[in-house]
Amino acid sequence: MEAVLLGTILAVFTTMALALWRALAGPSVYDTIVGVNAFGTKTVLLVALISFFTGHHDLIDVALVYALINFIAVIAVLKLVRQRDLATSGASRER
Amino acid sequence: MSVEVITQVISALMLGVGGVFAMIGGIGLVRFPDVFTRLHAGSIADTLAPLLIIGGLILLVGFDLLTFKLLAILFFLLFTTPAASHATARAAIAAGLKPLGDDTRAQGDSSSNT
Repeated sequence: MEAVLLGTILAVFTTMALALWRALAGPSVYDTIVGVNAFGTKTVLLVALISFFTGHHDLIDVALVYALINFIAVIAVLKLVRQRDLATSGASRER
Repeated sequence: MSVEVITQVISALMLGVGGVFAMIGGIGLVRFPDVFTRLHAGSIADTLAPLLIIGGLILLVGFDLLTFKLLAILFFLLFTTPAASHATARAAIAAGLKPLGDDTRAQGDSSSNT
């Protein structure tokens, strides 16, 4: 079972490397957002897998919190890219 | 073949297949030509791979508080990832990025996905 967990961890590592490459190489800013979003989701999986691999089951909360923060971060970055700053509400300046 | 061994085998299978799907999603994320197709590949892998991997982990645990936490992670992931991908796609279109097939269709060709 340890070998399967280790194999899955390595698979998630390669996916994170590919997502990171896409985030760095992405021509438009939205490619970067897609890459970072995929990277964040895979981090959640990685934390869950590592908590099972090492047996410290209380690490699951880290994965739980990270899943939420990742979503908020993507939405915040999208708003930042669209509105140039996070303070204004979207409806006020419709370019 | 006790129940214990069967669940171990099934969870090992789910973990393996989940890992493979995660890598396929990663490869799709890199090789696709256009933002929207990359978004498609990234978000499909982001929902299927967690489903399989966390499902495999749940089978490992059986019935415990941990299972509830794993289900909570799965629940959040399955709701937030598609929403984030949808928001990214709308933001890209609002910023004027055209999907790849759009310009050919503009010259009167039939749409590529008919």
